[in-house]
This record gives sequence, structure tokens and C-alpha cells, in this order.
Amino acid sequence: MIAWLNDPGNWTAPGGIFDQLWSHLQYALIALVVAAALALPVGLLIGHAGRGRWLVTVANAVRALPVVGLLILLYVMLAPHIHGRGDTVYLLPTEIVLILLAIPPILASTVAGVENVDPAVRDAAAGMGMRGGQVVRRVELPNALPLVFSGVRSATLQVIATATVAAYLGLGGLGRFVYDGQASQNFAERDAGALLVALLAVAADLVLALAQRYTVSRGVSGRFPRRTLVGDPVATADAPPSTHTA
Amino acid sequence: MPLHDSLLAQDSSPFGMFGYFSDHRDEVLNWLWYHTWLSAVPVVAGLLIALPLGWVARRYRWTYPPLVTTAGLLYTIPSIALFVAMPDIIGTQILDPINVAVALTVYSVALLVRVVADGLGAVPEDVAQAATAMGLTRRQRLLKVELPLAVPVIAAGVRVAVVANVSLVAVAGTIGVPNLGQLFTTGFQLSVGSPYYPPITLGIVLCVLLALALDLLVVGGTRLATPWRRAVSGS
Amino acid sequence: MIRFESVSKKYPDGTLAVDRLELVAPSGEITVLVGPSGCGKTTSLRMINRMIEPTSGRIWLDDRDTATVPTHELRRGIGYVIQHAGLFPHRTVVDNITTVPELLGTDKKQARRRALELMERVGLPAHFAKRYPAQLSGGQQQRVGVARALAADPPVMLMDEPFSAVDPVVRAQLQNEFLRLQGELGKTIVFVTHDIDEAIKLGDRVAVLQVGGHLAQLAPPAELLSDPADTFVAGFVGRDRGYRALGFAEAGLLPVRKEHAVRLGSGRGEAHDAAEDGWVLVTDAEDRPQGWLRTDRLAEAEPTGPVTAPELNLGGTLASETATLREALDSALSSPSGRGVIVDGAGRLLGTVTASEVLTRIEQQRAAADPPFTGDVGPGGAESEAS
Repeated sequence: MIAWLNDPGNWTAPGGIFDQLWSHLQYALIALVVAAALALPVGLLIGHAGRGRWLVTVANAVRALPVVGLLILLYVMLAPHIHGRGDTVYLLPTEIVLILLAIPPILASTVAGVENVDPAVRDAAAGMGMRGGQVVRRVELPNALPLVFSGVRSATLQVIATATVAAYLGLGGLGRFVYDGQASQNFAERDAGALLVALLAVAADLVLALAQRYTVSRGVSGRFPRRTLVGDPVATADAPPSTHTA
Repeated sequence: MPLHDSLLAQDSSPFGMFGYFSDHRDEVLNWLWYHTWLSAVPVVAGLLIALPLGWVARRYRWTYPPLVTTAGLLYTIPSIALFVAMPDIIGTQILDPINVAVALTVYSVALLVRVVADGLGAVPEDVAQAATAMGLTRRQRLLKVELPLAVPVIAAGVRVAVVANVSLVAVAGTIGVPNLGQLFTTGFQLSVGSPYYPPITLGIVLCVLLALALDLLVVGGTRLATPWRRAVSGS
Repeated sequence: MIRFESVSKKYPDGTLAVDRLELVAPSGEITVLVGPSGCGKTTSLRMINRMIEPTSGRIWLDDRDTATVPTHELRRGIGYVIQHAGLFPHRTVVDNITTVPELLGTDKKQARRRALELMERVGLPAHFAKRYPAQLSGGQQQRVGVARALAADPPVMLMDEPFSAVDPVVRAQLQNEFLRLQGELGKTIVFVTHDIDEAIKLGDRVAVLQVGGHLAQLAPPAELLSDPADTFVAGFVGRDRGYRALGFAEAGLLPVRKEHAVRLGSGRGEAHDAAEDGWVLVTDAEDRPQGWLRTDRLAEAEPTGPVTAPELNLGGTLASETATLREALDSALSSPSGRGVIVDGAGRLLGTVTASEVLTRIEQQRAAADPPFTGDVGPGGAESEAS
């Protein structure tokens, strides 16, 4: 496997590692962007209004569908209607499945994130004269961000891992090496493909962790410099008055 | 994979799955049996491993970050990768179902370690203190107070693991491991030219039913194990 | 001025939270709504800024019917302080305070300057500006909550149990500072509490509400104590209301007698000579009373040594020369020597007074005034004018 990975030809050749890595990333990104664009606003709305929670239940029920079965079903259904060029015939069912896979974690955690915002904080926001949209954007979203990120990260892991199966249909991506290696008994190629998917997933998670660090307010994440928490003039402001007893 | 010409002559719509089932009854039931076994056993095994690990992560706080991070990393490995790599790791044959069972056990452990640790930690501090004040030993406290109170949290994790496993087992079908996933590959191969739905829809329906049944089993077990929750929500 | 005009609130489940409430909260005054839980006090408060919509009736803000103003506009003009402060966890202290000015489109620099000024006013050091709410204690969070409500300088403030989530010592301190602040700002305040002591301490007028949203009595605190409207109010204001009513009557010139005190560090012989009835008062170098010393303890230690602080009995309270009868009486009752210590504005010893002398003064006032003790002095220095 190491030898296979060390061969520069395997990286740069057409259909080599660079190409498939890029394809894999593309499939995952498209699915995640579409899923987030759907699940995030809907999740914020459900959490804010406190209604429509059944949508989360429905989305969660989708998780019980077997991914491979759904993928093949969609392919078989759509293939006769897609004609002509390129990978569309494989890409469309793959993206649909990946989007369906990514929506539940993002939706559920966004709703939970908004619902977890301290009721006193929402009350204060409305009481100060924020409109509904302002409460969502200025208060609920920033406070729900840690959970939103946890949903997006979990969706990303699942999407990257599952995009591998797309190669079974005939689509590109790192799954190509796994299935081709398996078929041609080239186990070095197969295992290298598996390793690359895992590495890609870890790398994507790291990028998201970094993004989370820079977008979530310290007041929410609780990452404060130690010294500000103890032993400073804070105490004196609330100290009992020293007068009035003898 | 036996390909009978007579098959293609039958109803190829999604509803042909009933006919398909009666024609391939023994084979399909066999696959269903394998699928059930492969979905359930790894979760049980994973839970048995995750319980002590989660306890350690809670009891010795410094072990929490490395344990949970490692578990998170294991979870990033795509299932198909783990299925194909498992023979190299444990020295089995590639199509041996044991591979899938071990691989899924790894996932279940990865998922449940954190759940167990967080569940045990979710016991309210005053409850834990009251238990100590009443003279329970550390072990009694764990078995009589912390573990029972953590059951709902752990059960939620087990439900996720079991439902995810049903889908993951089917993935193993695409590389030839016998289970309901075979129905999908069969359908895929029979759909060259024109769509042939019966095995595909049959596979999806059976997988969903299996996931539902296992989920209900966990929910029922949790209700039995936590009578105090029924008392509150019971109406 | 806030005026409730036959305001009712009925919830869909049939609960009548507020029943035809008629109430006026005069400008520049603190009107306290007090009552047991379920009396509709919070509902009444939240109907003012329409966080809850009344089922019937009108609420007037000066000459505007609140129902005719868009809610967000109405609320931006009303300060709102709630029990757990409800600070935005993701924003720093200064960003929390500038929230409403920001919504109103105030210049950012100007809003920040005002925020820093307000922080000083509510007793928060300037270096807290960049902190997050999670880095503050409960009392400090509540100070930020008050500053945030004041940021756009609204004429009206609604306060819903703002001090009930902090410990008693901090609560007393926040109450005192709140009264000082109100003395400077003169806002129209509606204040909700379940604590009758807090109501009596803070209110210019106190509205006692009964379960079911029925107004039992609306009166200045002293009148509430001296003349409860019915048995519910009498029961609610509590048993020792006769004693507490003394807190609204100025003691006036008490017959203060000279007390022979010694300073810390004086010789024990000197202390022995100054003692009267077995007790001697000890002061510091500036004549501020520090505590009482028993003469038989003087003999226990070395007879030639100085008087030291650890020996002192600290049981007695101090009353100032402008004290109320309650403070004067408490000073006498709490003093181990039976002599209550009276000090001047700077805390220096003026002399002592006994409990019977204070009681005589109470009898005199009772004879001179009818009805007795209808508070001629507001609580703790809120000398705001009714309008």
C-alpha cells in the first residue's frame, strides 16, 4: 500500500489520486452546500417558532433507509430519463442520496441549538424590541452555532464516507480505488483508497473545527484566558457593605 | 448469482417484489437472517466494550480527551474501507461475515464511548452526592445510581448505532458479503437495459422494517429498564 | 405615566391571570407589583411592553394607547430587566449594553461612550467592557442588565424580579444602588417582586395583587403597613409590620447621652475606669465605634496590656443621627450594653441612647400625630417628586 502511494504516477495520471480526490471533494461539497442551504434556514425557523418539529422526525426516519439500496433505486429510476454526456446519470442519484444523508444531522442539531438558547435570553431580545428576524440572526443563530457546527461536521463525515459507495455505480471519487482494487485483486490500491477517504474525512473535520473556532463567540464556547476567571477586582464590586455594624 | 431468464418475464415494477419474494423465499430469508445478526450483534458487543471505556473516561478525567478523540477518528473511516481492510487486520477471508461484524463493532464502540461517558456524567451532582452521603460505595453508586440514570442517554446512542448498522451492513453487500445488500446488487445487475425494481424495493422495504424492529426493541428494552420515566411521562 | 384601564388577561385554558386591573404608575416613581405566585404580577408587567397581549382593556403610556404602536417600536422605548438578566452570551458586556442604541441606529462610537458611562454608573469597572457574561457573577450580570436597559435612556423601565436570583447580601447592595440610581435618573419604573420586604424598601407605591389577578391594595409602603385594606393584605405584609413601620418614621432628635469611650490600644486600666454597667465602648483613632468590651474580660488578660480588636463584642448595630425609629431601636436592642450607639454622617461617635428612650420617643410621636407613621420620608433616599 505504501509502495502504491509512493508511486508518483498513481497520483498524477488521468484518473489518478489527484483527480479522484478532487472529484470526491466535489461530490461531497455539492451535497453539503445544498443540504445546509435547505436544513439550516428550516432548522432555524422550526427552532424559533417552536412549530414543525415533525419535520425533524421525518428527516430522522430517512436515516433508516439503506444508502446503497436508495442509490441503486434512484439510479435505476433515473437512468432511462437521462441521456447524453458525462457522469450526470451517476452523479444525480449520488447527490440526492448524499443530500438526504446530510439533511437530518444538520436539521436536528440546528433545531436543538436554537431550542437550547436560554429562554431568558430570547425573552430579553424580544423585550428590547428586536423583530423576529433580528432575534434569529443576532441572538439565536450565534448561540446555536456550536451545535450547528456539530451537525455539519457529523454530516460531512457521513457524506465523505458514503461518497465512496458512488464508485459502485461507476462514478469517480476515491471509492474507485476501493472497488477497482477489490475487483482486480490489487489490494494495495484498494487499501490506499480506503486510507485516502479516511484522511480526507479527518482533514475536512479539521477545517470545520478551525472554522468553528473562528466563528463561534468566546462567550458561547467558553474559551477564556484563565486569569480573568479568578482573583480579580470582580469580587469587590459585590462585596458586602462594610458599614453599619460595630 | 443465478440469473434466470424467467425472472425478467415477471412483473418488473416496484410491486413485483412480492412475487420476487415468494420465488426466492429461502435465499431472501437467509440474507435477512444474516443482516439481522450483523446489525444487532456488533451493537451489543460495542456496548459491552464501550461501557467500561466510557466509565474510565468519566472516572479518570484525563483519559476523556484521548478516548473520545480516538473514537471520533475511528468513526471517520468509511465503512467500505474497514470492511475490505479487516481481513488484513484480523486474518480472515474477504467475504467472511466476521469482517463486517468486527468492523461494525468498531463503529459501535466509537459511537458509544462518548455517549456512555457523557451519560454517566449527566447524573446531577446533588444526586451523586446524596448517594455518597447515604454511604454507597463507589461501585454501588455506579451500579445503583449512575448507570440506571444514564440509561436513557445510552439508549438514544444505541438506537442511532443500530439503525446506522442496518444501512452499513447493506454496503458490505456491494462487495459480495451475503446479506440484504445482495438484493441491491442483483437489482442493479438485472437493470441493464430496462429497470428491474423488485429486488431493489424488496431490499429497501426489508431494511427499513428491520431497522424499525430493532429500534422498537431498544425502545421497549429502555422502557422496561427505566420504570421511573414511565411514571412521569406515562399518560 | 403608565395607566391600566380595565385590563384583563385570560389564557386559552380559561385561567384568568389578570382581572380588570385599574392601575396608574406615576411618572418618575417606582411602582411595585407584589403578590404570591399566580397573582398575575408578571403578566401585568409584560402586558405593558406587549410581550403578552391583553385580552381586553387598554394600557396607556402617557397619552399613547400601547396597542396602537408597533411592538418593536414600543419595546425599544421601554427598558426591560428580567430575573436572570438574559444577557446575550455571545456578546461582550459593552456590546450587550449597546444593543438597543444599535437597533435604533445610534452612532457606534457614541453608543460605546454612553455604555462605558453607564457601566460606571451601575458600579462596574471599565475593564469589564470586553468580558463575556459567562465571566461575571450573578450580581454583576444583573448590573449589566440594568445598564443595558438604560442604554437608550428610555423614560420607562420594566423590572421583573431583577434581584431575586442573587444572594441576600448582594441583593441588599443592588437594591441600595438601584435607589441611588433612581434618585439621579427619576425614571418611571414598574417593578415586580414576590418579596414584600423588597416591595416596601423600593416602592414609592406598592400594588398588592391577589391570586386571580385582582388588585387588593395600592398604597405607599407606610400606609400598607399601618392600614392594610383587608385580611389578605394584612396577612401578606406579615406579622412584624408594626416594627417595620418604624422604618418609615424619622427618629428626630433623640436624647443622646455622652458615652465615655476608649480608643483601640488604650491601656486596660483606662478602659476599666471608663466603663459603665460592666461595658465600655471602643473606637478607632477617628472616634468611629468598633465594638463593646466587657470589664470582666479586662481582668482576664495581662492587666497592663492594651485593648485589642479581637476582644471586642461586635453585636451592636449603629444608627446615624438621621436614622429612622427602627434603626435607633435596633441599635439599642442589639447592643450588648443596652446602650444603642448613635454616630454622625462620617461614622463618628455622638453618644448612646437606650431602648426605653426610643420607645418614649415613639409614644410621643404617636400622641402628636394622627394617623401615626404615615411615612413622611420615602424609603432610603428616593426623594423623587410625584408628577
